[in-house]
Amino acid sequence: MSKRTLLNGQEIQVILQRLACQLIENHSDFKNTVIIGLQPRGVFLANRIQAILEAELKENAPAFGKLDITFYRDDFRRGDKILQANQTEINFIVENKHVIFVDDVLYTGRSIRSALTAIQSFGRPKTVELLTLIDRRFSRHLPIQPDYNGKQVDAINHERVVVKWKENDGEDVVEIIRLNDE
Amino acid sequence: MNDLSVKHLLGIKYISEADIQLIFETADHFKEVINRPIKKVPSLRDITIANLFFENSTRTKLSFELAEKRLSADVINFSAASSSVKKGETLEDTVNNILAMKVDMVVMRHPNPGAGVFLSKHINASIINAGDGAHEHPTQALLDAYSIREKLGDVAGKRVVIVGDILHSRVALSNIYALQKLGAEVKVCGPLTLMPKHIESLGVQVETNLAKALNWCDVANMLRIQNERMEITYFPSTREYVQQYGVTTEVLSKLNKPITIMHPGPINRGVEVSSEVADSEYAIILNQVENGVAIRMAVIYLLASKIKQYEK
Repeated sequence: MSKRTLLNGQEIQVILQRLACQLIENHSDFKNTVIIGLQPRGVFLANRIQAILEAELKENAPAFGKLDITFYRDDFRRGDKILQANQTEINFIVENKHVIFVDDVLYTGRSIRSALTAIQSFGRPKTVELLTLIDRRFSRHLPIQPDYNGKQVDAINHERVVVKWKENDGEDVVEIIRLNDE
Repeated sequence: MNDLSVKHLLGIKYISEADIQLIFETADHFKEVINRPIKKVPSLRDITIANLFFENSTRTKLSFELAEKRLSADVINFSAASSSVKKGETLEDTVNNILAMKVDMVVMRHPNPGAGVFLSKHINASIINAGDGAHEHPTQALLDAYSIREKLGDVAGKRVVIVGDILHSRVALSNIYALQKLGAEVKVCGPLTLMPKHIESLGVQVETNLAKALNWCDVANMLRIQNERMEITYFPSTREYVQQYGVTTEVLSKLNKPITIMHPGPINRGVEVSSEVADSEYAIILNQVENGVAIRMAVIYLLASKIKQYEK
């Protein structure tokens, strides 16, 4: 197993600032916009984006929720591991709102497909956009692309892209881990 | 961890504390789901569940059916009153006929203790026991313990007294197993005629004085007097039972602290509990019903995830 660093803490910080600015550019006052972090790991990224937006926009910052997609996944009963859920916390109705999904790594697109189904339990959003920190190119199973993207990478199938966050893993870093290919 | 240790839910006796905790954590998420504007998830859309009720039931059957539908499972219902059981078919044949229609899971209530265990040895589907005679009613015990956890924060270290007709109650036995596995202290209270012999061997104390029992406990679970199962007279009259074992506001006002009142339903108002108590802030009877759907969703979801169709 070998690993290399794709982004260090400083580079991540620059990207987060840029993504937040792009959101402000498109949604200006966020009057009708909500941000939804996808459980489990998209929530860390969403928290960071939210903190930047709050510092920038004060009380105009958008409402923020967490969405767990476990019960909407398409691989129930297909693997060895049982699918365990995380907390969903959406204290608002998304009916007619602009929804921004936030997730750390976009890979096959299946999680986002599940999230698109899951969000309908909370109303019919006006639009849904996707913000990701890392877009793994050429590995999509479904026609899903990010609207806001931190960095594109070309990683092959037996490599894993791992995003670590200071508050959870001790440091901000994005690594590509190469699993032993037998 | 992370997976149930069993393929069927036949009784609390057969599952571990870790299993119960996993069911509770999963139920937390389903409780959030059933409070959404749209209360349904698609997880079990390719699972078919048969509800086989060889004995009458209203809330358990509704609760299971709702839980199954909230998970998007296909549901077929069967009740003995309108079936070939009356024509002399055996249990195994009845169930095998239903399974021939490609059913993945069976929820069964049966008047004979051990019916679920028997079936699990002879058929190839996940079985959930929804009550077998006076043996076990595991989902009721899970939702009772879950409701205590929700109300008091934890089950461990709590004192629970089960009051009433212990002899005919499957709820009592499952509750004793569940509460003890989760670290609670359990007593049973009622007239000695309604106490099973050797109940102390389960590690519960028998208390015949209601006031003493209530003063000792944090939670009182009031069981229904099951008149339909009583072929002899166990106490002189309902009036006398109410005087000794009925919980009224007057009884509660004499206690040294407020306690939580539970009841698995259906309530005989004015017998086990008075109407005022049943509708008071101390009673969590309707919370139990709501939690029942979440608990059953969790059990069905966790058992269904062990049915692997796509490896074949």
